[in-house]
Amino acid sequence: MYEFLQFVSSGMTVGAVYALVALGFTLIYNASDVVNFAQGEFVMLGGMTTVFLYDAGTPLWLAAVLAVMITATVGVLLNKLAVEPARGASVVSLIIITIGASIFLRGVAQIVFDKQIHRFPAFTGEDPITVAGAAILPQSLWVLMGGAAIFGVLYLFFTRSVIGKAVLATANNRLAAKLVGINTTAMMTLSFGLSAAVGALAGVLATPITLTSYDVGGGLALKGFAAAMLGSMGVPAGALVGGLLLGLIEAMTAGYISSDYKDAAAFIVILTVLFVMPRGLFGRAVAERV
Amino acid sequence: MLSVKDLRSRYGRIEALHGVDLEVKSGEIVTVVGANGAGKTTLLRCLSGVQPASAGSIVFRGDDVTRVAAHRRVGLGLAQSPEGRQIFTTLSVEDNLRLGAFLHDDPRVEQDMDEAFALFPILRQKRRQLAGGLSGGQQQMLAIARALMTRPSCLLLDEPSLGLAPILVAQVLDVVKSLKSLGVTLLLVEQNAFAALNIADRGYVMETGRITISGEAEELIADPRVREAYLGI
Ligand SMILES: Nc1ncnc2c1ncn2[C@@H]1O[C@H](COP(=O)(O)OP(=O)(O)O)[C@@H](O)[C@H]1O
Ligand SMILES: [Mg+2]
Repeated sequence: MYEFLQFVSSGMTVGAVYALVALGFTLIYNASDVVNFAQGEFVMLGGMTTVFLYDAGTPLWLAAVLAVMITATVGVLLNKLAVEPARGASVVSLIIITIGASIFLRGVAQIVFDKQIHRFPAFTGEDPITVAGAAILPQSLWVLMGGAAIFGVLYLFFTRSVIGKAVLATANNRLAAKLVGINTTAMMTLSFGLSAAVGALAGVLATPITLTSYDVGGGLALKGFAAAMLGSMGVPAGALVGGLLLGLIEAMTAGYISSDYKDAAAFIVILTVLFVMPRGLFGRAVAERV
Repeated sequence: MLSVKDLRSRYGRIEALHGVDLEVKSGEIVTVVGANGAGKTTLLRCLSGVQPASAGSIVFRGDDVTRVAAHRRVGLGLAQSPEGRQIFTTLSVEDNLRLGAFLHDDPRVEQDMDEAFALFPILRQKRRQLAGGLSGGQQQMLAIARALMTRPSCLLLDEPSLGLAPILVAQVLDVVKSLKSLGVTLLLVEQNAFAALNIADRGYVMETGRITISGEAEELIADPRVREAYLGI
């Protein structure tokens, strides 16, 4: 039993990171119909920037805040320099642009930072807490609570604030949004910035557990994309459920079978779900969006 | 109020407006009538700035807005209820109206919303429902109400009667007429020429991207060419 709990806690921790990456996909997809494969690089930039600022003597909290701000700026620049000029290009072209951007960002990270694996200390100590026989890292709780807080804040932003609703309106009907005076270009910029900030926060929260290096973005983007598809691209609740599910499947497979099969098991489950429900688990919400 | 000179616009290589001249004076209801594909929607899209003009000029209340971004024209007082309603289907009726007031952040928004509900009482009943679930007529009312929430001095209406049952057409056009007394200047685009000319002060007839006839509404209703081509008389 304690073994099972152990796998659940590690699965949820990894799953929360996937959920945040999936949420990043969703934020950008909703605002612009772009599937941004550079999403994983935001996580990498969040972690790596924090590492280097911290190693240079910046207090950890300040390094984290700066890393999120810098990454958000990178997200905005990605939109301004690569995506916006290609407005109207086909979906495939836009995906290729974002893949190109991710390779570029990885290259820059390799030069600005280095090729080593890094971490910074956990926020509140490294000693595991024992819950019902399972050992849980305090940082895992930070990841879970932080993830929940990010989803919660964004939920309030989109349901309570006028700007949040303006982003939703832009996603729902760009023409109509312009006709009520919404600057839809600014809403896209905001979405890219938000999405990058969410990715960076995931990197900041997870790096003490998962470690980071210049090349972690590609794998995370794939997992986050899979989680977003599993939960239905464009649905925030789907991102949350898809991410946690993916993390749990991986942890269970790694725990009970072999970690060699964890990626394969995850993708088999995703392919099966998408075969039965092509729109993903929250597919009806997607149909409504159109 | 609104002065359009030699306006041209194209979709790719194909020109859809071949030099349109049009004038709307403060307080008027002006209508543009014409068959399907004449270019009426393209004209309104250019006026609102969601479609670029390739030549010509649009002057609104003294400002040349030909190159002004769409969302800024709304701020200047030029609003549109577009063809096909284009409501925010995934948001509530109330949120649609609040977004109509996106540029306004003051207590008058509540008052404006009450006025919109007074014009279209059904929207008050449905205020918490998703706009996508409204009937076609209700969606049309919402589209007009949302445009009014922007506090326009000039409102462009693209085929508000399209696809509505005859009784609703009359109701919607009655409201359009009543907007005039609220001080809103109106440019109404319609295929339903008779209904539109009936409530308008002046009218323009558009054919394949050009204005071919213009005049007082009564003159147009009496004009044999208009009667034959558009009034089915
Ligand atoms: N998105 C578009 N792409 C290409 N051609 C278009 C587009 N929209 C309209 N057109 C063409 O422009 C002309 C005018 O169309 P439109 O302005 O919609 O006319 P109306 O509103 O009077 O029915 C038509 O010939 C139509 O085929
Ligand atoms: Mg039309």
